[in-house]
Amino acid sequence: MTTFYFEWWFLPKLAQGLVLTVEITAACIAFGFVLGVLLALGRVYGPKLISIPCSIYIHFFRGTPLLTQLFIVYFGLPNWGIHLSAFTSGILALGLNTAAYQAEYFRGAIQAVKGGQMLAARSLGMSRIQAIRYVILPQAFRIVIPSWSNELILMLKYSSIVFSISLLDLMGMGKRIAARYFNYFEVFIVVALFYLVLVFLLSQSLRWLERRVRVPGLGAPGLR
Amino acid sequence: MNALLVVEDVHKRYGKEEVLKGVSFQVEKGETKVIIGPSGTGKSTLLRCINRLTEPDRGRVWLDGVEVTSPKTNINRIRAQIGFVFQDFNLFTHLTALDNVRLGPMRVKGMKKDEATRLAQEELARVGLADKADAYPAELSGGQQQRVSIARALAMNPKLILFDEPTSALDPELIGEVLQVMIKLAQEGMTMVVVTHEMGFARSVADEIIFMEKGVIVEQGPPAQLFSSPKHPRTAEFLRKITELYGGEG
Repeated sequence: MTTFYFEWWFLPKLAQGLVLTVEITAACIAFGFVLGVLLALGRVYGPKLISIPCSIYIHFFRGTPLLTQLFIVYFGLPNWGIHLSAFTSGILALGLNTAAYQAEYFRGAIQAVKGGQMLAARSLGMSRIQAIRYVILPQAFRIVIPSWSNELILMLKYSSIVFSISLLDLMGMGKRIAARYFNYFEVFIVVALFYLVLVFLLSQSLRWLERRVRVPGLGAPGLR
Repeated sequence: MNALLVVEDVHKRYGKEEVLKGVSFQVEKGETKVIIGPSGTGKSTLLRCINRLTEPDRGRVWLDGVEVTSPKTNINRIRAQIGFVFQDFNLFTHLTALDNVRLGPMRVKGMKKDEATRLAQEELARVGLADKADAYPAELSGGQQQRVSIARALAMNPKLILFDEPTSALDPELIGEVLQVMIKLAQEGMTMVVVTHEMGFARSVADEIIFMEKGVIVEQGPPAQLFSSPKHPRTAEFLRKITELYGGEG
């Protein structure tokens, strides 16, 4: 018969880890969003000089493991004189990675906007940049929300790999406690539940966002 | 050069196919010009060459004395003065009718929001859709969408409006409401170039009809002359066919 060992004071410690998880996830998503939109615009509208480097970037970050990328940033960059804290490295690696995925979702959404929309905007005298800003992107963002939501939820869970560069996020904190009291089962069940709650809250807020900006005639079929 | 619009020797080629083989015509201020002709003869391409939504390979276009085709011309400034009404409306899907109409005045002309709103409401009323200001395009019928798109063009206070088969994507019972708006505009003195198969409209509203085929203007003249005694056998044949297809008064 195994014994069940869990103490209440583990909870505030795990909550501390949870805060770090939320911070890292939020930061890398925001970073990835900005870079992802730029990469997508570069790929769709850029001249070859811009679109090809964007493609190469996207292929590199989608084609190699996230953990490898994290190790390059945290353990590899110091060789080149670039010393980043574990926190910054985590956000940077996760952000660079999700940017590539978000770029592909944005690209698909931009290309899903009907061609006539750009023509109509240009016919009013808008510049290409104005057309993209006022007509194309507002529609692309609405179209992208479902697939973008999946990416955000994945990033929330993938952020757990930063435990491997000694960060005490939810995963790292759990590992530290479990290693000391040898109660892996109990601690990681609780850690898993914490993640579950986070994922639930995130997906609910994304669903709220989707409803909030929904417009008749736009968005994924079946979700109207 | 008194004419509002001068099109001179415009050529356009897509790959091997020469779609426009040197087209020239002029439009006076307040005039309604109707371009007719079989499908695939370059009518839509010609319209798009006027505001350079399609870049002509050769030839020149002037609007009100300014050369549209000059590389020095700021094309966005010219386009702001030329309304364009598309066959499939192309209303901005994410915006209400009101926002569709006021986007151009606000973002292109820098008009203040309340002023643009008032203008947009006026233009929507002008096309009979004052009560649909808050509707999204997907909530409107095709005829209503096309009227909003006319209001969107009007809100820019254009010198000229180009209509590219404005009723071809509409169910027959919705064509009338759009034509009525266009007839009213013509009567109010708006300068218009209209590509259409609606012969009734052409006959009653056009100051001049241009018959195009295979990238050239075959014949042009006032409707009475063109319909009753076309000079060119191809014109006569086309008119006979289209009358069979669409009925005498379109």
